[in-house]
Amino acid sequence: MIKGVAASSGIAIGKVFMFEEEEFIVEKRTLTDYEIKGEVMRFRKAIATVREELKKTSKSAFEKLGKKHSRLFDAYSMILDDPMLKNGVIKMVVKEKVNVEHALQFVINEISQSFMEIKDEYLRERSKDIIDIGKKILKNLTGTKINGLKDILSEVIVIAHNLSPSDTIAMRKDKVIGFAIDMGGKTSHTAILAHSLGIPAVVGLKNITRHIKPDDMVIIDGSQGIVVINPDEITIGNYEREKKKEQEVAKELGKLRDLSAVTTDGHTIELSANIEVPEEIPIVFEGGSAGIGLYRTEYLYMNRDDLPSEEEQYKQYSEVSKSILPNSVIIRTLDLGADRMSKTMEALAERNPFMGLRAVRYCLKHPEIFRSQLRAILRASVHGNMKVLFPMISGLDELKIVKQFMDDTQYQLSKEGIPFKEDIEIGVMIEVPSAALTADIMSKEVDFFSIGTNDLIQYSLAVDRVNENVADLYNPLHISVLRLIKMVIEKGHMAGKWVGMCGEMAADPAFTKILIGMGLDELSMSAISLPKIKNIIRSISFSSARELADEVMAAEDQGDILRMLRRDELSRENRKK
Amino acid sequence: MIKKTFSIKNKLGIHARPAALLAQKASKYDSSISIVKDGQKIDCKSILGIMMMAVECGADIDIVIEGSDEKDAMVNMEKLINERFYE
Repeated sequence: MIKGVAASSGIAIGKVFMFEEEEFIVEKRTLTDYEIKGEVMRFRKAIATVREELKKTSKSAFEKLGKKHSRLFDAYSMILDDPMLKNGVIKMVVKEKVNVEHALQFVINEISQSFMEIKDEYLRERSKDIIDIGKKILKNLTGTKINGLKDILSEVIVIAHNLSPSDTIAMRKDKVIGFAIDMGGKTSHTAILAHSLGIPAVVGLKNITRHIKPDDMVIIDGSQGIVVINPDEITIGNYEREKKKEQEVAKELGKLRDLSAVTTDGHTIELSANIEVPEEIPIVFEGGSAGIGLYRTEYLYMNRDDLPSEEEQYKQYSEVSKSILPNSVIIRTLDLGADRMSKTMEALAERNPFMGLRAVRYCLKHPEIFRSQLRAILRASVHGNMKVLFPMISGLDELKIVKQFMDDTQYQLSKEGIPFKEDIEIGVMIEVPSAALTADIMSKEVDFFSIGTNDLIQYSLAVDRVNENVADLYNPLHISVLRLIKMVIEKGHMAGKWVGMCGEMAADPAFTKILIGMGLDELSMSAISLPKIKNIIRSISFSSARELADEVMAAEDQGDILRMLRRDELSRENRKK
Repeated sequence: MIKKTFSIKNKLGIHARPAALLAQKASKYDSSISIVKDGQKIDCKSILGIMMMAVECGADIDIVIEGSDEKDAMVNMEKLINERFYE
């Protein structure tokens, strides 16, 4: 058993697929006359082996996917035995006395080049098949592995040193049932994508690729961050039962996709999704979301050596905004600092980074970065239904400075004759207690509030959310936290503004009823959590939620709150039975 | 050696599937079989060669066959092309 970082929950049990991303570097070698015959033999043998492989693949494709898909592999077999390819290579080996790898690569290149010149698009695309065949033969000749994730035909668990986001996206969800990689942390791109794809994943395993062999069987426990290599029967049985339970729940929830999040007494809640990258949008639709409630822009700035240009940002923001239409997207300005750093940021030796130069504070210290992002956002705003959200605002003064930046940018754009949406909605993220306590004052200056619970809780309770020593003190149900949330909702509503929540608390089913009862208008969360939360909303009445919220808000003892929630949950379960 | 000219009537010309059928059929004979189009000559036993030629609908091609079973081969090649590759 190896422990890593839990990146995406769920259980996967199956055969491994070792994924190695590497390019073949073939060296040219001149042969002696004695070697030529052996070289040709080596080539014929490789062809024969690949032919057998293809037969097997074709057969399994036929069994699993039907005739249409197996035909592709039959076509591959024909290309493999094609005289142009086979004779071409042999001729070159014999005449030019070069090693077969070099000759093969040369011939493959020539053929695929000619294919790329064909006018007919379909035929032109066949150049890829030819290159693929070439790789298969080459792999056989050199004995190295080169496995494409797209080629996977049976259910596997992918084991890799690292997976690029494009690799992750390329994985077929019905074939890749889980993955485990050496690299990465919980907030790595790959982890985020795995989570939104709903593929169980464990990352940051350091050297799992060295512990696992190609024919091994593994269990991925994405919730615990555990990989079990070659488990015994009992372990498999236990995990299989657990997995079955998960699947049944997921099946039930899937039916909710196209239904709205409305309580039994007709109160509708806006359910939206949090995203980091445009690639997640298809998953947002799958989850049945009404839009994007939090688009975190910092990922565009991370894992790179330079800053994204205004143009690059404009393109990405427009893409997201357009693809989510007619629904809206709430774009949050840069929230770097503390636990999320970009390579371009100067390394600040802050003793207390969570209270340091982060998010909007960082942006105001680097006006050129802030301006470039605001320009990109405003320019993209004409392409859809976009709203802006400012993180880490601590009070009115800061909000006014930020709004001044917005005004200046708008003025600049209109002077340049560049179009933008003039009445773009502006919101403030409430995550600093001082902001929550002055929500009434700020409510006049904004169109909406979005409560960011992760930070609001850590600042209210003075609990560093990444410090294990005080993890038990991190309590979303602390009376102080509930009071702050309630206050923000009330003050917002009093000014006629809507109030949402985009922190992890919004995605936790244990809190849904009380949050609805407190009067939140919107909940935004990772798309994968949407069905679960929607299910709860549809099973409760707004009036009972309000009663529960009132009861909880009146409590003085922390234990009482837990008991109230548990009692309510039990009575709901009993009613279901 | 026998030679015969054909006009290709398939909508997509000699596409992937017809190319595969042609090459498969041609490979059954000992004779050498080639396709000549606009002075370009390719081996009819090579699916890659046929596809590369990208024969369009309405194009004329010559089939040239030479060998012990050339007559039988021509009959069957003719049938395949005239039946429009059973498409």
